[in-house]
Parts: sequence; C-alpha cells; structure tokens
Amino acid sequence: MGFESLRRSLLAGERVVAFTRADDGGLGARMLVWPDGRAEGALGEAALDREALALVTAATLPATGLREIEGIEVFVETFEPLPQLFIVGAVHVAIHLVHFARRLGFRTVVVDARSAFATAERFPHADELVVEWPSDYLARVPLHANTYCVFLTHDEKLDNPALQVALEAGVRYVGALGSSRTHAKRVAALREAGLADELIDRIHAPIGLDLGGRKPEEIAMAIAAELVAVRNGRQAAGKP
Amino acid sequence: MLDILPDVDRWRADGRRVAVATVIRTVGSSPRPLGSKMAVSDTGSIAGSVSGGCIEGAVIEEAQSVLEDGLPKRLSYGISDEQAWSVGLTCGGEVEVLVERIDG
Repeated sequence: MGFESLRRSLLAGERVVAFTRADDGGLGARMLVWPDGRAEGALGEAALDREALALVTAATLPATGLREIEGIEVFVETFEPLPQLFIVGAVHVAIHLVHFARRLGFRTVVVDARSAFATAERFPHADELVVEWPSDYLARVPLHANTYCVFLTHDEKLDNPALQVALEAGVRYVGALGSSRTHAKRVAALREAGLADELIDRIHAPIGLDLGGRKPEEIAMAIAAELVAVRNGRQAAGKP
Repeated sequence: MLDILPDVDRWRADGRRVAVATVIRTVGSSPRPLGSKMAVSDTGSIAGSVSGGCIEGAVIEEAQSVLEDGLPKRLSYGISDEQAWSVGLTCGGEVEVLVERIDG
C-alpha cells in the first residue's frame, strides 16, 4: 500500500496525495503523487493513473474524499503536514510564542545552546526542546517549504549561522528579532559570510506585524500574527 | 495518520502485523472526519479512531480477517444498514471505512 513511502514523506513534512481505488474490482490499489510530479504505485489502468497525476500540481492539491475518476470510485487523500516552527533562542518572548503558535496549529521546537535558558521548567509546553548549537541542529533536521524559523537569541554568534542554514534551505518564513540597527549589522555579517542578497531579503525584520507592543507577550503575539499572515499567503517574502 | 505512526512503528518493529482502517465516506453527522485512521495489530491493540467509539469494535473484528488474508475490505455502517445499526452507530450518520493490511 505504499506505506513506507507515505510514512517517510509525512515524517519529512512533505505534502503528498494518496489515490486509493474504492471499487470492488480494484479495491486497495494505490498510487502516491507528490506536488513536484513524482509518483509511486499504480491504480491498474493507465487512464486512471494519468488523471490522478493531473489532479496534483504544485499550486493545487485535491480535497480529501471519494471521487469518481474515469468512472471508477477512488478515495483521494491529501496529506498536508503540520507547519513546523523552529524558535531559535529560548528567551522570554519564546515562552509566549510557543503558547500562541501551538494553539494556531504549529508544531513548535525551541532550540538554544544556552542550557540555562532552554529548560523544561520554562518550556513544558513546547513540542520539542533542544539544547544544541542552533546552526548544527538546523543543519541536521529536515527543513522544508512548510517550515517557519524565528530567531530571537539577541546573540549574533548564535543567530547568524543558523539564519544562514534556514535561508539556504528555502524555508517558508524567516524572521529575526532586533532593531533596524541590529538588522543592518546582521545583513552586513551575512553578506560577509557570502549569503546572496535575494536570500537575505527574505528575512522578516523587524520581526512581527506592527502591533505597537513592547512586552514579551505582545511581541510574541505580533510574531504569531505574522506567521498566520504568511501561512495564509497574505504577505510575500520580506517586509513591505 | 501521524497520530497512529508511533504505535504502528512500534508494533511493526516487534514483528506484529498491522491493518489500517480509514474513514473514506461520511453522510450526516459523523464524529470523525474523512481520512481519520485506526490501526489494529494482530494482537488486537488499537491506535487512533474512526468514530466516536460506536463502530470500532466491529472494525477491529473485520481487521483480523484482513490481517489474515491480506485482502482489503470496504465496510459500511449506518442507520440505513440494519446489521450495522445493531453494532450501534448511535451518532445517526453513515460511515464507510476502508481496511487494509500494511504490506510494506
């Protein structure tokens, strides 16, 4: 039933569509189709396979449900993994951001090299808490088009190398805390490190929608609001 | 699907055979949305759900024969189905479930 491929895809956070025949003649026959055009398995009729392939494009995925394709009943199931949010910096703002982000449907991972900050007492609510150098961590986990990364450490030694990993991986959203002066320094450092301008331009900074707040929970809410806007396609890469 | 993976992985690592039931059609009020899954092992362990608890017992039973012969089954439960009503789909809707064995 293509279980292993489906399993791998879901764990990697990929979007994938499973077509499963629901008619007596071919019950259980399955084809998996990915938005990039890859496919695996077959439905037993060439015309059916072609139709299934045509239903999946990078721009649109079919809705989950039974549908008739070429006169045959097929169960179409679209898997869209939870968006994942990596919060680099187990700081005060992060505690509130984990609350908001989880409620909004993000799988939330907090990463910090500083074990005094990244403690289970401070982050009992995070899906995962990782004490590790952030750039090392981000380089070894799957980052994908449904990944959001937020950089909050206030420490360029921690933030910048990790920012570079996230930007080069092509994640959906990169936001970094700091004033415009801090950001100008950051941009200079990333350029120095050889990062292309079009990648640097993808950083949302100052981070968050402008709600005018200064308290940690207000900043967290501004960031969460920006994540929702991006997820809903209301804001292109980079700041307006 | 992700919700049942940890259990399914563990069972399979232990050499258990596993079937997966998926809600493929619902009519009227149904407690679990399309695509909801329940995994059943050959020792009768379950993970996930396909209804609010009304049809799980019947599905688990059917899953054992699917585990046995590997042939998928399409099952239908609802008020329009006398026999299924007797297993108690008290929610008042109709649910169809596809049960299949994981073979790789």
